[in-house]
Amino acid sequence: MIRVVSAFLFGLLFGCGILISGMGNPAKVLNFFDIAGTWDPSLAFVMGGALIVTAIGYRLAFQMDKPLQASVFSLPTRAELDTRLIGGSAVFGIGWGLSGFCPGGLIPVLGLGLSGPLLTAAAVVAGMITARWLSGVRTGGKHAAA
Amino acid sequence: MTDFTPFLSFAGGLMIGLSAVALMVVHGRIAGINGILGGFLSVRLNSDWAWRGAFLAGMIASPFIVLLATGRFPEITVPSSPLLLVIGGFLIGIGTTIGSGCTSGHGVCGMSRLSVRSITATVTFMTTAGITVYVTRHVLGG
Repeated sequence: MIRVVSAFLFGLLFGCGILISGMGNPAKVLNFFDIAGTWDPSLAFVMGGALIVTAIGYRLAFQMDKPLQASVFSLPTRAELDTRLIGGSAVFGIGWGLSGFCPGGLIPVLGLGLSGPLLTAAAVVAGMITARWLSGVRTGGKHAAA
Repeated sequence: MTDFTPFLSFAGGLMIGLSAVALMVVHGRIAGINGILGGFLSVRLNSDWAWRGAFLAGMIASPFIVLLATGRFPEITVPSSPLLLVIGGFLIGIGTTIGSGCTSGHGVCGMSRLSVRSITATVTFMTTAGITVYVTRHVLGG
């Protein structure tokens, strides 16, 4: 119960941060990338603020033997720079630049019930399912995408 | 045009960071929204389903906290056409799944751990997003 309630509150905090920062507003996101046009550098400050807190907070967190409500810290262990990482990230960036949404910016906006974000979210889910299916085909159905 | 909002954006970034740290301290998990969504949508029921669902529900409920705090919903303007949203969304779903992360997972959580994979991913998707906006706005003139 504590795990569910705390996760809800952390999601609420994350979403409020997204909305206050402007990361949920595609017009602002696209202007951040439009250095040659109507540039709005605000979102660099979002990344800056988030990185400062997370870099310090993670260091303190990892001093603990284990998380408060879990047995281990679940951290990615892969280190190799492969074509999936770079190709996938390149494709994500194109989608971000076309729509103005990233997953973290999109989910909080869904609460407003606007048609554009809902349409985008449906397409994101379709893309996720397609990517998993493609991964499954490539590895004979034994592999599930992380 | 959108207003330059360094203070609000920085404050929002601090909140995102606090949430990421809290999720690590309490749950031992990376606050990667793509990963949380992907895991939640996983066909197989797993023990992580509940916290992932709760985190996503909190995110979806967040506009109402903003409404309570400021008296109005956040301003959202969607410049892209429905067709571009569908194509863009589909590419986001494919790309973040194959690339194992998005702006929050690689950009915030991974970069703050100085993960070379995450730094590489972030530089890559920021670059292709910038190129995409340049092409759609200044080459194709959208």
